Amino acid sequence: MSAGYRLQKGGLIDRKTRLNFTFNGQAMSGYEGDTLASALLASGTRIIGRSFKYHRPRGIFATGVEEPNALVQLERGPRTLPNQQATRISLYDGLIADSINCWPSPDYDAMSILGLFYRLIPAGFYYKTFMRPATAWRFYEYFIRHAAGLGCAPTEPDPDHYDKMNAHCDVLIVGAGPAGLTAALGATRSGARVILVDEQDQIGGWLLNENRIINGQPSKEWLNAAFLELNDTADAQILTKTTAFGYFDHNFIALCEHRGPTQVNGNGLSRQRIWRVRAKQVVLATGAIERPLVFADNDRPGVMLSGAVRAYAHRYGVAAGRRVLIFTNNDDAYRTGLALKEAGVAVPAIVDLRHDPSGELAVAAVRAGIEILDGSAVTRVLGSRGVTGVDIMNLNNTGDGVIGAPRRISCDVIATSGGWNPTIHLHSHSGGKTIFDKRRGIFLPSKTTEANFSVGAANGTFSLSDCLKAGMKIGKQAARNAGISSHNRRKAPVSIKEEEADSRLLWIVPTACPTSHKSRHFLDQANDVTVSDIQLAAREGYASIEHAKRYTTLGMAPDQGKTGNTHGLAVLSQVLGTEDPGETGTTTFRPPYTPVTIGALAGRDVGPLMDPIRMTPMHHWHELAGCAWEDVGQWKRPWYYPQNSEDGLKAVHRECLAVRNAVGILDASTLGKIDIRGPDAVILLNKVYTNSWESLKINRCRYGLMLSEDGMIFDDGVTTRLAKDHFLMTTTSGNAAQVLEWLEEWLQTEWPDLRVYCTSVTEQWANITICGPSARALLLEFTDDIDLTNESFPSMSMREGTIAGVNARVFRISYTGEISYEINVPASYGMHVWTALINAGKKYGITPFGTETMHVLRAEKGYIVVGQETDGTVIPSDLGMNWAVSEKKDFIGKRSLSRTNSMRTDRKQLVGLLTENPTTILPEGGQITAKQTLSTPTPMIGYITSSYYSAVLGHSIALALIKGGRELHGDCVFVPLEDKSIVATVINPIFYDIKGERLNG
Amino acid sequence: MYLCGLLEPVPCGLSDTMLSKSMQKYSIYALLRNALNFHENWHRAWRSPAPKPEYDVIIVGGGGHGLATAYYLAKEHGITNIAVLEKGWIGGGNTGRNTTIIRSNYLWDESAAMYEKSLQLFEGLSQELNFNIMFSQRGVMNLAHSLSDMRELKRRVNAIRLNGIDSEILTTIQIKELLPIINTSPQSRYPILGASLQKRAGIARHDAVAWGYARGADSHGVDIIQNCEVTGMLRKGGCITGVETTKGIIQAPKIGIVAAGHTSVLAAMAGIRLPLNSYPLQAMVSEPIKPIHPCVVMSNAVHVYVSQSDKGEMVLGAGIDGYHSYTQRGSFHVVEGQLGALCELFPIFSRLRLVRQWGGIVDISPDASPILSKTPIKGFYINGGWGTGGFKATPGSGWSFAHTIARDEPHELNAPFTLDRFVSGALIDEHGAAAVAH
Ligand SMILES: Cc1cc2nc3c(=O)[nH]c(=O)nc-3n(C[C@H](O)[C@H](O)[C@H](O)COP(=O)(O)OP(=O)(O)OC[C@H]3O[C@@H](n4cnc5c(N)ncnc54)[C@H](O)[C@@H]3O)c2cc1C
Repeated sequence: MSAGYRLQKGGLIDRKTRLNFTFNGQAMSGYEGDTLASALLASGTRIIGRSFKYHRPRGIFATGVEEPNALVQLERGPRTLPNQQATRISLYDGLIADSINCWPSPDYDAMSILGLFYRLIPAGFYYKTFMRPATAWRFYEYFIRHAAGLGCAPTEPDPDHYDKMNAHCDVLIVGAGPAGLTAALGATRSGARVILVDEQDQIGGWLLNENRIINGQPSKEWLNAAFLELNDTADAQILTKTTAFGYFDHNFIALCEHRGPTQVNGNGLSRQRIWRVRAKQVVLATGAIERPLVFADNDRPGVMLSGAVRAYAHRYGVAAGRRVLIFTNNDDAYRTGLALKEAGVAVPAIVDLRHDPSGELAVAAVRAGIEILDGSAVTRVLGSRGVTGVDIMNLNNTGDGVIGAPRRISCDVIATSGGWNPTIHLHSHSGGKTIFDKRRGIFLPSKTTEANFSVGAANGTFSLSDCLKAGMKIGKQAARNAGISSHNRRKAPVSIKEEEADSRLLWIVPTACPTSHKSRHFLDQANDVTVSDIQLAAREGYASIEHAKRYTTLGMAPDQGKTGNTHGLAVLSQVLGTEDPGETGTTTFRPPYTPVTIGALAGRDVGPLMDPIRMTPMHHWHELAGCAWEDVGQWKRPWYYPQNSEDGLKAVHRECLAVRNAVGILDASTLGKIDIRGPDAVILLNKVYTNSWESLKINRCRYGLMLSEDGMIFDDGVTTRLAKDHFLMTTTSGNAAQVLEWLEEWLQTEWPDLRVYCTSVTEQWANITICGPSARALLLEFTDDIDLTNESFPSMSMREGTIAGVNARVFRISYTGEISYEINVPASYGMHVWTALINAGKKYGITPFGTETMHVLRAEKGYIVVGQETDGTVIPSDLGMNWAVSEKKDFIGKRSLSRTNSMRTDRKQLVGLLTENPTTILPEGGQITAKQTLSTPTPMIGYITSSYYSAVLGHSIALALIKGGRELHGDCVFVPLEDKSIVATVINPIFYDIKGERLNG
Repeated sequence: MYLCGLLEPVPCGLSDTMLSKSMQKYSIYALLRNALNFHENWHRAWRSPAPKPEYDVIIVGGGGHGLATAYYLAKEHGITNIAVLEKGWIGGGNTGRNTTIIRSNYLWDESAAMYEKSLQLFEGLSQELNFNIMFSQRGVMNLAHSLSDMRELKRRVNAIRLNGIDSEILTTIQIKELLPIINTSPQSRYPILGASLQKRAGIARHDAVAWGYARGADSHGVDIIQNCEVTGMLRKGGCITGVETTKGIIQAPKIGIVAAGHTSVLAAMAGIRLPLNSYPLQAMVSEPIKPIHPCVVMSNAVHVYVSQSDKGEMVLGAGIDGYHSYTQRGSFHVVEGQLGALCELFPIFSRLRLVRQWGGIVDISPDASPILSKTPIKGFYINGGWGTGGFKATPGSGWSFAHTIARDEPHELNAPFTLDRFVSGALIDEHGAAAVAH
């Protein structure tokens, strides 16, 4: 391609700094300050990629976030990014970009064959076919999926990281164009704490693309002065390259701040930061986005937005083409014609839908020698891989048809303008309403539901001088509304107002034949949605805008239809015969305003920081001992401690036998501990536990069951009375937070009158449990102030004293059936006491054991684990635990226990299971049947909750819940697996020390 | 040169009030034929009639379940004088907002039967409705990240298998083979220990389900009335007699409420308090990318579920917001949490971008199972409580609810799901539905 679309002078680029980059493997260059799009345009690259559905060649259409076409795959390898808008990529040295959705190249794309079948594949065609045979969808789908999908995801993990910031301010201003800047000046001059954000890499907004006069000086100089003033104000923070992408309840706005690869790579900075801002007042100065005219083949490379063409000239010093035809319905596009003319680019004509345009700008254009073809329309675009010319015809009076003979004009760019849509996305996120301005054909913000203002072009104010005035006024107002009442009499900057005539609304530019027939009028170029698609949708009854949108996919691409939605809505209204698109409705804008990186939203909550790891005070010891870990909620718990080359099973056998025959030591610090205090503590316990608590003596412990309202077991644990109105409740490790929440919810919503306070003390105490026949002898070595005899320190009681020189609470609570001491010491002493016990315990054969051994030992005793023997459907009687349920008092869940279903005798009940072969271990989670069969479906009568090999008994044991199980003792049941069915005998669920004698040592 | 009328309202194949008794058939041949006419002869998929003063049955709520109910009432029970009243546009509630996961691997027999019936109906639904709902049986994987997850997973797989439904357990290696982009590192915070897989499960096009049923129901004469909000219930004695709507009073001796998040609001209009809580549930999609994720993944411990749509977007969802609401949007931090979980499971998605995010209002019952039931008011029926997981049940729900309304008694499929269970305590606790109930 011929180079040399760069203008001789002008633009905000640094012509001294040349940057090299590669596009589709071809070496190219641009300047510092270019975007990839401007550099590609300057190099004469026309076709950037292929379209989503028809694979039509597409070029650069816009300058900013609204770009629907010019998407590239940026970089390769782990930092690759799919679907990036070339208009949004600041050029850097060494950049590599490739076209997407085309093969082998954007110029010659194999899939463009689809374009030939376009008549066969209108909107929603896939709902009507690919149905036979029923199994074939998988096959069709394979091809459809591979044809869809645009760019490619990276194939390696993200090498970059992301951060989050939280901020508060008086006034958050979104958009640093003329309105946003004056708002920021107004608010800061009043003394407000201001955050000003803009998605571009510098402030100025649309002014960056213009050469205008403000306060008698060139607008760029005014911008510099404004920047310096704000930059020097301590309470003003300017965030550029930062997009406000979502507006949530209570003036909570989410921003995403970007850093370019040259800033990030190699120097440890985060790639993006999410800012979570809570603002007292929000000013939405988000500007407007130009919309094209919708004419036949308006998607050809070379058809561009008029404002974009002007921006490329003014900001980047690039001529979009050599002969640029302007096609407009308004005055603003004349500025583009004038700018190009001034820059020496040929402007063969301005085609205007209006008759006799007579505004100041039109006069200036005539004066500049540009031919104006009024009351005319582009009816045909020549050149399928890039515009080479147009046919122009006269419009009839109503504008719905063309008359006369076409006139052909050659050109390589069509700069089109159909007016400007206020950017009301954030206003809409916040729940704000919109109204349709019929005269101008635009949606405007109306009622707000949050503390915010829309100002400037975002509010339909398009003239520069009005924007400057309105911004200043709203800035001051926002500061006042935020409670800042300083006097600020500074005036708004002024600019000469150019009077503009009304535009002419013509949603579809007619051609010589109906839109649905040959021509393609594109509404949504990103998703290849045409006017005839919308017409088809309406014809088939998909007449609500949401239906039409979903049926045609209008506005569903990553650009979210920024240039096409209003037209889509207007076309639908016309088809339906309602004149007012406002009545047809607008689809609700949803966050994010522009796509946001998923990694940025995840922030630091990934990898090891995904969820906090909770470690007990003895964690380090376990680690050195080489334990295997089990995740229990957020806790890391030792699962077992393999020695030498032991496998898990062997380790557990060894640990089990050590506890039964000598002494074991367990880190039970993860048990939930809730400190309950207050005169009404007993009342609270009585309400949440099934048993009663008045009679519990000080220093005694009691086991309790907690039910939810439906009568189902929710948690269990032992609670100790420390003083008259002071208790320590323990909960299961996994449920500690839920139990505290549960207590708080009841206390705060149902029983606010109870004088009782609950505090989590789980982390404050280490719990070191020693159990086994030698436990007492071992403990004796460590205390001289606790009498350990059964008489003075019986089971289910607590003593305070010194253990290894540390103040401790020692509980005689056993979960293994052996004599057992739970030694609670302040967390920071945990490691000291633990190692002391380990060292002294060597002579007794002390053995650290983990959760698995604990589970085997408790199962030998028939003790339950909440969450294993219960699953939210189990009531106390199912487990034979009615002994823990008070008949007399009320408690949560009590009423549910007398429901008919709770009284049924065929409820699933806890039983023990024995296998014929003592070494067969039944699978946990195995389902149980009454009859031996492998055929399915088959009725199930229960399932296995726990199953282990018991080393002390020398055979396997299992616990199960079986329908009417207590009546089945002695019977055989079956556990069908995929290939075999195992026979088991139902017995009482206590396997070891049935009388419970070992508890007392 | 001639003048073309571009802007005239498009002629419809059928006038609005005419009955489209014979449905225009969709097929590749029909597409070909219509291509020749520039697609100008397609009929409306469903009519847009004005409401009649009286119907035999009124269905309130034009979501998938309501439309399916109307369809099966007409098709299976010959009741065709039906109106479906929808306050907005059909399918605009949770039907058009969900992440479209369809599976039947439920633990309890009662649920398994209901969801399996639905899955079987889904398997033939495109053909039955002559509308491609794009049911993609790509398999649903439920991940386990802890020993207790694994134990629970095995229990489920065993139960599901013995109920005659396909289900299997995958090792971590098998998971990685099927889905190479998933993070199975044993070093991750909650390493993947295994998964269950239901191969027949998958995803479908949600809008198509609503539209297909609407078209089917319409072809049997059902009136689908959009932009018609029900604002009150009319009762006489112990019987329902009609509804007040924004389009006036409409009478019917039988009324079925199928309104998802608004079910309890509508029941309250008839004086019935339902044990339902309404919460926002959010979902979102990424930008479209070339195929990379061949199945559906759900995880509870690393809380997110993920599939890739035909268009190439990653479709994401997770748990409900923590507070009650009727606004169809949720809180930002819930989104942040889900995407953290996503990056943990699929580190390569970190650089992709989120394109759209939205919320629906889900109605959660105490046992996380639906309510398909008669009520103390004669002729007044409730179909709700589907909460976060009812899309997959759309056909079975409509099918059994139609039976309930037509015969004034529940079908054996929905007999366990009546309101009585909250009195008797015969709950069907699906809170742990492996363990996200989607
Ligand atoms: C984000 C999200 C993700 C989900 N993911 C899944 C999933 O992956 N798999 C799955 O199986 N399920 C999922 N679900 C759940 C599923 O979407 C619902 O259970 C199901 O779609 C409910 O269908 P419905 O027809 O009952 O309700 P809806 O589709 O909500 O229909 C109810 C209709 O009632 C109308 N209505 C309400 N009040 C009135 C009134 N007063 N008058 C007239 N009309 C009224 C509403 O406008 C609405 O159209 C998800 C839900 C959400 C929100």
